[in-house]
Amino acid sequence: MKTRFSLLFFALVVFLAGCATTQQRLLDSESSQVQLRSIQTRAFDTTDKEKTLRTVMATLQDLGFVLDKADATLGTVSATKLKGYALRMTVTIRPRGTTQLLVRANAQYNVQPVTDPEPYQQFFAALEKAMFLTAHQAD
Amino acid sequence: MKKMLSIFLVGILLIAGCQTIPKDALTLSPESLAERQMQTRKYETKDEGKILAACAGLLQDMGFNIDESEPNLGLITASKQRSAVNAGQIVAAVIVAALGGGAMPVDKEQKMRASVVTRPIGDQYIAVRVTFQRIVWNTQGQVTKSESISDPAVYQEFFDKLSKAIFLEGQEI
Repeated sequence: MKTRFSLLFFALVVFLAGCATTQQRLLDSESSQVQLRSIQTRAFDTTDKEKTLRTVMATLQDLGFVLDKADATLGTVSATKLKGYALRMTVTIRPRGTTQLLVRANAQYNVQPVTDPEPYQQFFAALEKAMFLTAHQAD
Repeated sequence: MKKMLSIFLVGILLIAGCQTIPKDALTLSPESLAERQMQTRKYETKDEGKILAACAGLLQDMGFNIDESEPNLGLITASKQRSAVNAGQIVAAVIVAALGGGAMPVDKEQKMRASVVTRPIGDQYIAVRVTFQRIVWNTQGQVTKSESISDPAVYQEFFDKLSKAIFLEGQEI
């Protein structure tokens, strides 16, 4: 009897945990903004925005992405990788002070946000190589 | 009973524990260099705009519609929708149906996407890299394939045609 109860309870908890309101899904409000930014952002010692954007595009292509769109004025690039899954990434670039650029990437895997640090570390490692520059932690 | 319970719990956790991003999704694969070479050609010109325009024309030749372009960064993206019906699957579906297996979903349509990125190399060359991918839906509206297209023949033909297109546009025929 006890086992059956705990079993039911457990199933209920698991199913309920999978439920989020539209507001939570829309704003991804359960993840920490500060932490997410630090995971997703790196600073590079360059001020050449166009070259950085072009390098980002080349890196995304190397990683198997097909570009969706890019905007030189705003400094954004979006791309999608299809490999049995759909991985969509947006990379934005903005100046930081007078000597650096901040590169920020965010990704969604199928219908989920990517919030693990590791995929971003891998992405910036690939970008570093293509930039011939070191990616500095930005915070 | 306990065993059953633990199996059940593990099962639930597996289902609820949603799929996560594969470890190698954002790492450079050993084939990435070969793929880059397959997907890239360089042309001896300084005029990036001309190359991009030729690529836009070529994508139209191939029936693509241009979705986005950003000449300042050398990018064109395009897509088209086509039938994905293939004879092999239809034959299999007919056989299954004939054996009483009911209606088997077969591939119905696909969306094909292309992106062209141009990049100056030094002062003399413009490199062109094209990548294709596609999503296939079956007769029940489910996605059955989502993949990059990595057949070398596709890229070979694209660049053969691009060379012609650049020649044509250069000659203004």
